[in-house]
Amino acid sequence: MLKEKDKIFTNLFGDEPFHLKNAQARGDWDNTKELIKKGREWIIDEMKKSELRGRGGAGFPTGLKWSFMPKDSKLTNYLVVNADESEPGTCKDRDMIRNEPHKLIEGCLLASFAMNAHTCYIYIRGEYFNEAVVLQKAIDEAYDAGLIGKNAAKSGWDFDIFLHRGAGAYICGEETALLESLEGKKGQPRLKPPFPANKGLYGSPTTVNNVETIAVVPTILRRGGEWFSSFGRPKNTGTKVFCISGHVNNPCNIEEEMSIPLRELIEKHAGGVTGGWDNLKAVIPGGSSVPLIPKSTCDTVLMDFDSLSAVKSGLGTAAVIVMDKSTDLVKAISKLSHFYKHESCGQCTPCREGTGWMWRMMEKIGNGHASSNDIDKLLDVTKQIEGHTICALGDAAAWPIQGLFRHFRDEIEEQLKKTKAA
Amino acid sequence: MAKVKINGSEIEVSDGMTILQACEEAGIEIPRFCYHDRLSIAGNCRMCLVDVEGSPKPVASCAMPINEGMSIHTNTQSVKKAREGVMEFLLINHPLDCPVCDQGGECDLQDQTIAFGPENSRFEENKRAVEEKHMGPLIKTYMTRCIHCTRCIRFADEVAGVNQLGAVNRGENMEITTYLEKTLDSELSANIVDLCPVGALTSKPYQFEARPWELKKTETIDVMDAVGSNIRVDTYGWKVKRVLPVLNEDINEEWISDKTRYACDGLLNQRLDTPYIKKNNKLEQVSWEETFSQLKKLVMDSDPDEIAFLVGDFIDLETSYLIKKLSEDLSIKAVDGRQEGCKVPFNHRSQFLFNSKIKGIDETDCILMIGTNTREEAAIINSRIRKRVISSNIPVALIGKNVDLTYKYNHLGDDINILIDLLNEKNSFYKKLTNASKPMIIIGQSVLNRDDSLQIYSLLETFTDKFNLIQEDWNGFNVLQLAAARAGILEMGLIQKNKSVDDLVADAEKGKFKLVISFGADEISYEKFSNCKIVYMGTHGDRGANAADFILPAAAYTEKDAIFINTEGRVQYANKASFPPGEAREDWKIINQFSEVLELKWSFLELYDVRDEMFAKFPQLKEDFNDQNNGFVKIIDNKGNEEIEIINKDTRSSQEKKNDTINGNIKSFEENSAKKIFNTAWTDLNDRQREYLRKYNYPETWSEFTEHYGFKVVNDIKKKNNVVLPYEDQYANSIGKAWNDLTYNQKKWAYTKRNKNNLIGLADDANFSPDGIVVLNDNQEAYYAQPKEINFKIKNLSFSIEDFYINDSITRHSSTMAECSRARSEVRSSVTEKAS
Repeated sequence: MLKEKDKIFTNLFGDEPFHLKNAQARGDWDNTKELIKKGREWIIDEMKKSELRGRGGAGFPTGLKWSFMPKDSKLTNYLVVNADESEPGTCKDRDMIRNEPHKLIEGCLLASFAMNAHTCYIYIRGEYFNEAVVLQKAIDEAYDAGLIGKNAAKSGWDFDIFLHRGAGAYICGEETALLESLEGKKGQPRLKPPFPANKGLYGSPTTVNNVETIAVVPTILRRGGEWFSSFGRPKNTGTKVFCISGHVNNPCNIEEEMSIPLRELIEKHAGGVTGGWDNLKAVIPGGSSVPLIPKSTCDTVLMDFDSLSAVKSGLGTAAVIVMDKSTDLVKAISKLSHFYKHESCGQCTPCREGTGWMWRMMEKIGNGHASSNDIDKLLDVTKQIEGHTICALGDAAAWPIQGLFRHFRDEIEEQLKKTKAA
Repeated sequence: MAKVKINGSEIEVSDGMTILQACEEAGIEIPRFCYHDRLSIAGNCRMCLVDVEGSPKPVASCAMPINEGMSIHTNTQSVKKAREGVMEFLLINHPLDCPVCDQGGECDLQDQTIAFGPENSRFEENKRAVEEKHMGPLIKTYMTRCIHCTRCIRFADEVAGVNQLGAVNRGENMEITTYLEKTLDSELSANIVDLCPVGALTSKPYQFEARPWELKKTETIDVMDAVGSNIRVDTYGWKVKRVLPVLNEDINEEWISDKTRYACDGLLNQRLDTPYIKKNNKLEQVSWEETFSQLKKLVMDSDPDEIAFLVGDFIDLETSYLIKKLSEDLSIKAVDGRQEGCKVPFNHRSQFLFNSKIKGIDETDCILMIGTNTREEAAIINSRIRKRVISSNIPVALIGKNVDLTYKYNHLGDDINILIDLLNEKNSFYKKLTNASKPMIIIGQSVLNRDDSLQIYSLLETFTDKFNLIQEDWNGFNVLQLAAARAGILEMGLIQKNKSVDDLVADAEKGKFKLVISFGADEISYEKFSNCKIVYMGTHGDRGANAADFILPAAAYTEKDAIFINTEGRVQYANKASFPPGEAREDWKIINQFSEVLELKWSFLELYDVRDEMFAKFPQLKEDFNDQNNGFVKIIDNKGNEEIEIINKDTRSSQEKKNDTINGNIKSFEENSAKKIFNTAWTDLNDRQREYLRKYNYPETWSEFTEHYGFKVVNDIKKKNNVVLPYEDQYANSIGKAWNDLTYNQKKWAYTKRNKNNLIGLADDANFSPDGIVVLNDNQEAYYAQPKEINFKIKNLSFSIEDFYINDSITRHSSTMAECSRARSEVRSSVTEKAS
């Protein structure tokens, strides 16, 4: 279990105000100038040493991603922070912005310096109104204190942050759709290549990072990459904020070591599954986009990228959705399918046409008006979507359904037969 | 060059190609819906997925650039499965209405479903329906059929340059719309009908007219403008059902203008299908024999000087040649094919052609357009220029009317003197022209129809030296013709030397001609020809036919084999798609028979004989177009710039002008202007009159004087430093006063014509009333109203509006904009009477 002294987000629960002086008392903005003095190479090196993997869901090594940014391009480099946290079940960025905004702002400065960017955009989800207000206040505080702006934190580096509020589309959390939206266009993902590191915002090199990824940067640099990588298993290092929701006694956001066993996580921090561990049916371990895992897997699985992908699921955003035996899984997943149908941008064919079809078939199965053949058809349709779309929303819509039938097909077919007989 | 492997066989392709292009190079067809050669890549239909070794997922081949050593597979099971999947998705919400869909039979979705689709349907839910969209009279929409490939959106944005199409809503609710259900405001709009891979956008005039497999398809040439777009004419029996573009990279790429596409419905109506002769003021149907025998009598009775030929805008080259031959044999000199009155005496083809050729637009790096609105006059050329501007951001400038050309250009003004500024390096655009390596000027017809066209034309000729327009392999001196026949007519020399058609009309009015033969000339006013017999050879009951005493029905452009020369000078062969209606005959045959009747010494058996003789006489037409040399011949040989008097140009300082006048050093333009405007010699003018002429740049006509400077004249009146100009006194007398006794408003009214550009020229209507005021409304239309006492409460002032310009005084006495507009509206509401 993560010791109190090793926690990065010490104010995650909002015990103290978010203001600059409180943040400074907690250790933020402490000698930021010195960190910048150590130079770009050092920062990227430390990030590589820390083995931090992107916290937005895909888990791409952050240090490596930063090193892709052209060093001496004639174009302006940009850092864009993705605060469009819309994945169902996920609420980690929200607490960070509410209670620890200065960690994010300081991280923006350090990351932008490392990537030769003078400008950073934070694209915040439109529904996070109060959070946007808090973050803007924090940005203003930092400007007033001279920590950002011209000669930020007296480091000699000019740096500006702009906060941009989205308009409530899930797809704008996809990095290229986010860039389109930021440019004022309809939020639709771009074709890749070219990747944002070559042609991103306004055609300039751009890195898009999750809030958590950026917010942990100052602490990593202060305490060293090796400190960070000492937690968790190799390649799955560091601490991570988990969002535990669903049928648990105490839903919460909690910072923990990576690779903590799922059972330990739920029982220690969330007060256990309602009705005891044996009442557990399944867990969606990483937000709505990853396949669920049944209880048998939950008993042993570790919460990290590799361990979860070995059981054909994923860490995603580490939003643990716990479902006990009272859950109608088909209806639960059907609800997710409706979400993806509603949020598909409509640009490419498989997702536009397929998500609606999948939802309707899920509803049919949920209502009991289906047969085993229909399940085959549905699974075939998920395969036709998976991997054939421009962005990952198609995959995200297909995976939960695949996960459901991978583990619970027999049970559902049994149920269907019963309904038919009745 | 990069080496890639496609389905195991190696092929070398050039760098920067996409996988799809490389596969096409290798002869492998990749199905696609959204991808189009001439539009940006959207990559959204996902039909073109292929496997690439090393990639875990199939990739969209239309968007993925090739890499050295890439190994691509297009025939694997996973590719087949991916295509079937995409096809299934496209079809689940596509209605099964192929039997009643106009696209049926030429539908990409149908074809690709057969080739790549799944064998049966598994979709059991309800299909989506989309509310009907309305896109005007040309494009019929049926948006339930839409597969959201966004080709139409990209075409409107990128090629047509109108951002009026877009997609609203998301996911399965996404709809293509013009947002406000308006007509697409583009002259290329109907090309989206061709682009649409399904039946969502079809042609409204063609709806339910025919099925594609019933139509006879003939590739031919369009005559609606001088571009000579390559078209395919689809006919069902005699009727031309539709016109489609044919790919020609050098001319129209694969677009045609809406005019080209939809002009064909005119081929069905008001056709002349039998010869007519006017008897007792009534046209009567007659036989060809009678027509010809009476015509012969007419021609024999007339002196060659009493006969005039007018040539129209749709006449093909062979007919032009025969008209030329006929006029020479009958020694007729009054032959003109330039109906709008151009009188520049072209004598070499480089003087009237689009010398850089249309594809030269892709190479040029600076364009100066003079007196042309390419968007209306040659939509295809305009879209080429737009493409060039978008891709390379070249500077474009226009002298002429400031219009929306769909791309950004520098509007230098609409004053012809800007040309002189450019030559004198006074205009900033001069630098861009000089720095360009392949500069281009495009001269519009409006320049060549002016009275001073010859001077302007010779001025433009000096541009060739000044701006390096003529180089080893580049000729940037371009004249944009408007009529399909015009280049051919000029090539054949069917023009009067140093005379325009206006002179011909003036002669006719004087009664010089007894017989006018009009070969499809419909752009001319025939009232002036009331003294003579009019023979009209043409296709439609147009202006010429209405005035005619003899009507010879001829063949329209789809109804004959013919040659047309487009504005580039490109010789193109039109093919016969249909046949002339009723008794109508092909044009060359009519003239041929006429020659037989007149017992001239020639008669041709076949059209090819005409062509052979013509090519022998005009060997330049037979040359390979792409090898034609770019030499340029000037009309006025280079005598040095001094000798070309530049009209109305005065570069002296004001002191020099005065000195010159005192010393009797009178310039010819001063003398001219004084004579034309004040009807006296320059020396007899008073100082203020001279000042006027100088200020208004030595106008030669009264209308020029007031049209261009009407506002300034009124301003002068206001300043009370008025000089009585010609006609002003006359005008004041008509209401029984002297000009100087009129009030300001009356003088102003005198200069007011009630149109949008009010204050031009002296009003000549009888409604003039000596009392009253002029009020301008928001559209700058002048209203005339009886005087009234108007009290308005600005700073407690009360005005009588009898003798001052009300707008001025409101402005003067208002301290804020709001106050000003309040007072204006008060005045306007009290002055409600309109003069007319």
